[in-house]
Amino acid sequence: MVRFRETLREPEALFWIFVFPILLAAGLGIAFRNRPADVLKIATVTPELTKSLQQEKLLSVQQLDSNAAEDALRTGKIALLAVPGSNGAVVYRYDDTNPEGRTARMLADRAVQQAAGRVDPVAASDQFLREPGSRYIDFLIPGLLGMNLMGSAIWGMGFTVVDARRKKLLKRLIATPMPKQYFLLSYLLSRILMLVLEVGIVLGFGALIFHVPVRGSLLDLGVVCLLGSLSFSALGLLLASRAKTIEAASGLMNAVMLPMWIASGVFFSAQRFPDIVQPLIKALPLTAAIDALRANMLQGANLAHMAPQMGVLAAWLLVCFALALKLFRWR
Amino acid sequence: MLGSSPKAALRVSGLRKAYQDVVAVSGLDLEVRAGECFGLLGPNGAGKTTTVEICEGLTAPDSGDVELLGLHWNSDAQQLRQRLGIQLQDTQLSEKLTVFETLRLFRSFFEKGPGANEAIELVQLEEKKNSRVGNLSGGQKQRLALACALVGDPDFLFLDEPTTGLDPQARRQLWDLIEQFKLSGRTILLTTHYMDEAERLCERVAIMDNGKQIALGTPRELIASICAEHLVAFSAGSNSNALDIPALRRIEGVRDVRTENGAVELQVTELHLAVPALLAELNRQNIPLTELSTHSATLEDVFVALTGRHLRDE
Repeated sequence: MVRFRETLREPEALFWIFVFPILLAAGLGIAFRNRPADVLKIATVTPELTKSLQQEKLLSVQQLDSNAAEDALRTGKIALLAVPGSNGAVVYRYDDTNPEGRTARMLADRAVQQAAGRVDPVAASDQFLREPGSRYIDFLIPGLLGMNLMGSAIWGMGFTVVDARRKKLLKRLIATPMPKQYFLLSYLLSRILMLVLEVGIVLGFGALIFHVPVRGSLLDLGVVCLLGSLSFSALGLLLASRAKTIEAASGLMNAVMLPMWIASGVFFSAQRFPDIVQPLIKALPLTAAIDALRANMLQGANLAHMAPQMGVLAAWLLVCFALALKLFRWR
Repeated sequence: MLGSSPKAALRVSGLRKAYQDVVAVSGLDLEVRAGECFGLLGPNGAGKTTTVEICEGLTAPDSGDVELLGLHWNSDAQQLRQRLGIQLQDTQLSEKLTVFETLRLFRSFFEKGPGANEAIELVQLEEKKNSRVGNLSGGQKQRLALACALVGDPDFLFLDEPTTGLDPQARRQLWDLIEQFKLSGRTILLTTHYMDEAERLCERVAIMDNGKQIALGTPRELIASICAEHLVAFSAGSNSNALDIPALRRIEGVRDVRTENGAVELQVTELHLAVPALLAELNRQNIPLTELSTHSATLEDVFVALTGRHLRDE
């Protein structure tokens, strides 16, 4: 009876939903791939310093005249400039708020001291951690998955509803004997169908290209994705419940989504925000979704462990849906 | 037909609806007989669409009563929906669906009615069956909208400005289709601001202005009601101020004279007497004549006679 199928005939939407996250993951994955630790560019102004600093493999040393060196430092082409001080001392000029500058300072100092004959009193060796599951890409893929769930649900719901209202298609539909709940149901079903594709593509891409692990059960992951997607759909429905133009709807949606993109830990951990706002961030649906996805994929957590996040998502679902039903305008 | 009176398919009484500070419909009574094509005429903003949407159950009236096919919206909505065919003013159907898919979708909402293929034949869109809606012309889209209104095999058809914005050829094509449906005995309520459309399609018309009905009858009755069968228009050019209007009124066969920006319009019953007399009178007043024309009175002239305004004055 419900033949109300959403058709996949919007090439732009397809791009944003499927291709964009993959491009993003690929781009970021390459940018943060497992390369040897950064080789930092530094400069000196004397041949002696250059020589001793060249012993350090993690530094790339250039010898410049002092004007050019100052210039390079100011424009960020080099992370650190080593100049001779008085009495054979060395002066390091760098920006101490820049992590690269601080790293360069430590490396350069070690090279200078060793060249001058310092012997380390304790022998130390390095063990590199490059297991799948602890790299940046492993952190990123669940984040992108969460972002994708949010984006496609809110956009998918919001734009189509508002567009149909703008074209008076909603009005035309309620002028038929169509039961109204079928209209909602049709969105729900097409959303679930799309969800399988979206999640499959992002996870498949992560697993094939970057060997991102899924340590928890796939069923649990599916439940998290479904609940997340439903919550975001309800949010999308709420945002679209009144808006009459695409512009108004898109402004609303961006206003809601942008803070979450930034605060919810898609690209970097949400822990970096001050403690005061942490409860607020934790209450955002995207934070909950991403935390749950990361817990499942990276730590193999089961649903019981994700109960707080699931609770947050369910609360958003219920509140938004109830509000949307109350506010929704068919015309 | 069900209901108290077997003849009325739609009965509206004391209908009133206001939006914020604008009164769209103020105290409207209407009766549409079963099997007739009833026209609701009026300029934009007259309250036609609001009236129709109240009858369609899409808008709740502030007060007043609507009885449709003997049923009422607050008690029999689901039953009514099954029996109505509705075409709304400028609905845009989903552009990514094909004609066939759109009709199959709409057909799925109704219990009975022609199949999607049959509906496509009814509106002569066979060639476009698998085209996407976005690629149709304006006339084809309107025909598709009409087909969507027909898939439920409705007893009552609402057509809200079905030909607005179409080119003359597409309008005539749509009129032909609507005339065919009239033959099948359906009751039709049509709104339009094209008087020629109402004259051609409707058995009876009600003229609306400012939310009220100002005239009701067959197109012929309405035209006869202004007591003039012909209109004579001429321009007096720069001499219009010198024109002796009362003298024109005294000409035999002239019912009324109106002037507008130097153009003069006479309502005339006997053209063959009035025109020679008019020419003689203008000659006597020594006014050179430019742009003389005559036409048979239309509903447009009825509207002008009733309101002093033209229909498409915005």
